[in-house]
Amino acid sequence: MGPFEYVRADDVAAAVALVSADARADYLAGGTTQLDLMLKDGVIAPQRLVDITRLPLRGVTAREETLQVGALTTMEELAADSTVAQRASFVREALLAGASPQLRNMATIGGNLLQRTRCRYFRDSTVTACNKRIPGAGCAAVRGPARMHAILGAGEHCIALHASDLCVPLVALDTLVDIRGVDGSRSVPLTQFYVLPGERPDIENVLQHGELITRIRIPLLPVGTRSGYLKVRDRASYEFALASAAAALLIEDGTIVRARLALGGVGTVPWRALEAEEILYGAPATGRTFRAAAQAALGDPFTVAGTAFKVELAERTIVRILHTVSGVRS
Amino acid sequence: MASDPADADIALSLNLNGSARRLRLDSRVTLLDALREHLGMTGTKMGCDQGACGACTVLLDRKRVLSCLVLAAQCEGRDVTTIEGLARDGQLHPVQEAFIRHDGFQCGFCTPGQIMSAVALLEEGRAGSDEEIREFMSGNLCRCGAYPNIVAAIREAAGRDGV
Repeated sequence: MGPFEYVRADDVAAAVALVSADARADYLAGGTTQLDLMLKDGVIAPQRLVDITRLPLRGVTAREETLQVGALTTMEELAADSTVAQRASFVREALLAGASPQLRNMATIGGNLLQRTRCRYFRDSTVTACNKRIPGAGCAAVRGPARMHAILGAGEHCIALHASDLCVPLVALDTLVDIRGVDGSRSVPLTQFYVLPGERPDIENVLQHGELITRIRIPLLPVGTRSGYLKVRDRASYEFALASAAAALLIEDGTIVRARLALGGVGTVPWRALEAEEILYGAPATGRTFRAAAQAALGDPFTVAGTAFKVELAERTIVRILHTVSGVRS
Repeated sequence: MASDPADADIALSLNLNGSARRLRLDSRVTLLDALREHLGMTGTKMGCDQGACGACTVLLDRKRVLSCLVLAAQCEGRDVTTIEGLARDGQLHPVQEAFIRHDGFQCGFCTPGQIMSAVALLEEGRAGSDEEIREFMSGNLCRCGAYPNIVAAIREAAGRDGV
């Protein structure tokens, strides 16, 4: 690894200007992705790191029906917020299902959105066939052993998984991402923030170089809505999801009047299951409804030998979380 | 903001186990390497060096973090507590004593990280049940498999049993 310059930013505008003006510069926040990929895997090599951890972008504020979360708030800090626990409990569940306590004390919310894939082929710089690192180089994962990979939004050019737990309930809630650039600020819904790999898996989101996530805004669930997050994985704790589901339901007299559903562990991006939500809306809260929704959610998967099992696993994960959240026995 | 691309040298001052320390480092040096290679504090162990095993756990401003994934430069002006900083006046920390009493280790390599994590866990109030202890210790791997004794040690340090 080559040397890099370390710069400690004390002003948002100056930090954005500095990174925007230098294609070889990048931000450093919690470091749990950035330093891992730089120092350890040697996959990325920025020559200037702008440490933003002392910028005033930290803290959680409830404003009417929205929770405003500074981008530098840590995962543990957001998990400890009482409004999250009361009004969006599946966000808290997803946070605490992710990583480890040490990593959650380091990792920021903005960084969680931007975490890079855990695909072993992407993280091994001796593997040349990775379209995410070298556009046009091919995808070793599609042909090689693959298990912790995506089946939705995937294709022959890339099956790398977006491994965030937190982003699963966040896409279900239509969270907004506030972004600062040299020319001003803009907001993008998280559901439109990520870009499917298509033929350019190296392009992962709508951020331009130098743009900085400053805050996310989470619309709270209507009072009375129940939510839950279920993560299925190889170990009981401290492991990435094979499949996960975030569900929120408001049920009146046995009928689902509001439904939100999103999936993790299966998508190249955090996966909002809109087709499933359409089935749930207005339907009776029954196992039959839940199974129909689960099948719709998986839609048209792209599987390889090692990931084919995820279709049924994800369907069962959805059905189970819908039973849990609704209280309807299976 | 300083910005001279040719200058990868960082002047750093931090508070290590209650003592002010100053040093100059290359920008690439992690907190883990600064502790072990520059400050002579070898109690903190390098396991995976990749944020996966927890052996390098230290407290940064009283929160447990992985020192292999923190740049030393990011610790300017901050409080760092390592395993060497737990004992007081020659008296081991209660968690250290509990690990000895319950044989909470075999080879001992993961132990400093386990103990730092356990000290933080107690501070966080996460020792309500054995299940909770296991969940909130899951970021610390032990390849000898001393987990049951580690849980027993933490349970005792939390005052949840009458040992």
